Amino acid sequence: MKNKLILSSTILIFVIIFVVFYKSLKDTNIYTPEVKFNNNIPTFSAEFLLSTDKLSSNTIFERDKYYLLNIWASWCVPCRDEHSLLMNLNKNEKLTLIGMNYKDSKKNAKSFLDELGNPYRKIIVDKNGTTAIEWGAFGVPETFIIYNNKTIKKYIGPLTQENLLEIQNLIK
Amino acid sequence: MIYSVVGHYSLILGLCIGLILVYFSIQNFRNFNQLDNKILSFSFLQLFFVVVSFLALVISFIISDFSNETVFNNSHTTKPLFYKISGTWGNHEGSLLLWLLVLTLFIFIFLLRTKNQPIKYKILTLVFQQVIIIGFFLFLILTSNPFNYLFPVPNEGLGLNPILQDPALAIHPPILYLGYVGSSIIFSSALAATTLKMVSTNWAIHIKKWVLISWIFLTLGILLGSIWAYYELGWGGFWFWDPVENVSLMPWLALTTLLHCILVLERKETLTSWVIILSIATFTLSMCGTFLVRSGILNSVHTFANDPERGLFILIFLFTLIFLSLLIFFVFHKPGQNNQANFFWLSKETSILINNWFMMYFLSVVLIGTVYPIFLDVISSQKISVGPPFYHKLIIPFLIPFLLMMAIGPKLKWIKSDLKDKIYLFSLLVISVLISFFIVKNFNANVLVNTILISAALYLFFITLRDFFIKKYKNLAQNIAHFGFSLLILSILFNNLFSSEIITNLKVGETYNGSKTKIVFESINQKKQKNYNSIIANFSITNSEGINSNLSPELRIYNQPKITTSEADIKTTLMKDKFIVINLVQNQNYFNVRYQVKPFMLWIWLSVITISLGGLITFIQKRT
Repeated sequence: MKNKLILSSTILIFVIIFVVFYKSLKDTNIYTPEVKFNNNIPTFSAEFLLSTDKLSSNTIFERDKYYLLNIWASWCVPCRDEHSLLMNLNKNEKLTLIGMNYKDSKKNAKSFLDELGNPYRKIIVDKNGTTAIEWGAFGVPETFIIYNNKTIKKYIGPLTQENLLEIQNLIK
Repeated sequence: MIYSVVGHYSLILGLCIGLILVYFSIQNFRNFNQLDNKILSFSFLQLFFVVVSFLALVISFIISDFSNETVFNNSHTTKPLFYKISGTWGNHEGSLLLWLLVLTLFIFIFLLRTKNQPIKYKILTLVFQQVIIIGFFLFLILTSNPFNYLFPVPNEGLGLNPILQDPALAIHPPILYLGYVGSSIIFSSALAATTLKMVSTNWAIHIKKWVLISWIFLTLGILLGSIWAYYELGWGGFWFWDPVENVSLMPWLALTTLLHCILVLERKETLTSWVIILSIATFTLSMCGTFLVRSGILNSVHTFANDPERGLFILIFLFTLIFLSLLIFFVFHKPGQNNQANFFWLSKETSILINNWFMMYFLSVVLIGTVYPIFLDVISSQKISVGPPFYHKLIIPFLIPFLLMMAIGPKLKWIKSDLKDKIYLFSLLVISVLISFFIVKNFNANVLVNTILISAALYLFFITLRDFFIKKYKNLAQNIAHFGFSLLILSILFNNLFSSEIITNLKVGETYNGSKTKIVFESINQKKQKNYNSIIANFSITNSEGINSNLSPELRIYNQPKITTSEADIKTTLMKDKFIVINLVQNQNYFNVRYQVKPFMLWIWLSVITISLGGLITFIQKRT
């Protein structure tokens, strides 16, 4: 009796597994990585470099405003090159610069800013690099232009003078 | 052209012989005084036809006979000869033909080598094995014929997927299949033994050799795949909990558990239900692996062929086998009185039983992690992927008692035991804890978890190491395998703790200056090879001790099919690997550079080889 119960329940379980596998065969399952472009920006909870409060990302990016998210690190040589351009961009009032400090130590990051100036309104700390992954970033430096919670432009590598003009045209 | 015809008809003949064999076996089963000679010769003939068919495919690949669809899809005239040959099993059709080859080869060897077992048992095993073989023949001929004819004959083939053009991967499938298919013999013979009610000590001694063969090959097969992923996929890891990796790990876990159960059954008639269920599970999990990989349900680097029709066939075949074996198990298996596990609490049997439950737990974690996304997708059309954190969180805490059990379990005696030299065992534990505390403390990692983990692994390490000196040759194989396992866990832990990584974007001529490491991107060379163009970057890397090393990672742009692969450059030394890989950044003259220092990589590979060496020694050893 007990044996039959076990047998029938085992068979039932395998029937269910069969049905599930059978159904999943019918689905096409070609997975394409999401194109992180013209796409809603990821939400994440953020720690800041220069203050101790923790915020959700929705409170950082407001709608109808242009934002520039720049991923940087003190150990990153190209970041040093593009820094003067960011300082320049900071003068533009239509654009809010947000920094993301990538895999860096707080001390080094602060001395980097002390030396070269701080163009950022806020600086998010991405200690282990996970937030950058959510943004679909390759490495440092990388820059995203955000409008209405959407990434509208992405620059891999340090910004150049041409990029600067392009950005300024974009937010006119 | 002619080879395709030969190959195709050989397959059909092989299928017919399978049916004839089943008929003869049933005839022979009725009057079973001796094994019919016809059975042996027909088995040989079946093997012969499959070999002919396989060779026909190999030759078609060598001479680049593009009238054959499989060759057209997977080969190219500019490919080196070695990869033309390995291309034979680098694709769906060819790899199934290889399965079939090993299936027929193993059953033939089984018939030849099995002595001192009842004729009925041999015949019944053959019948079950033929059911599997016929299933594979039908699968091959109906849904994935390797000898489809193409007309008009194309001039050039499409080429083999470049990431598969690699020496380690060329031998990875055959080795892995030897393990998978070896488990089919265990499956058939376990069913036969259950039907005839002869799951006993005698049977355990006989089947142990087959368990060991499959286990050794499966272990080595997984190792090769892992080495390949390490240097070819360019991620710098060796295990990604990728579904297809999991699918090979699951039969391994089941098989390892089976091996331990067989060791018990060899001495004492107990744990029979475990043995039968694990025999069934090992093979069905191997089949399940084939199903998941070949049907395209899972997405992974290994998914080559997406064809629902094939998936449906394997699915039905797989579940037929599962239901058949369940029925046999429930109808014929009546656990005896002594099968109830009323062991004395402190004995080798108990420790193996505990080991079983741990292994079953690990197996379920991997199973759920692999299959759950499929279920969720069907039930709620949500797509999720289960990543390493899931496995780490669920497996690591249980690894600690598991390691301790592994150290103490073999010290126990059969039936009833009490622990000798307790002081020694205890003092080694204290030493392990102290050493690991000092190791971990010097590196600011999570102290508590890491200390406990490392001490558990170190404890096993010390105990097995000590046994080499005091136990001499008694249980040498077991000791080597367990020693290898402790080494594996230690290497993985140290590798995780002490690895460092630098990711940066660099142009040619630029220098990255980190606190400890200086990376100079010196130059770039282009080279034209027969089937690809390569970009070789030269880096000079100086670490904090001022030691300079030159590394040259490579990007290969294959012509057929047009795919770019990154070849990591790895400097392997005894203590650490230096690993560098580059990627193109789109439309920029920057390269994404990823430099990693990975300690103890070599030890991970060596320890897995040590583990399988343990199996090999048991295999060779005469039973004492």
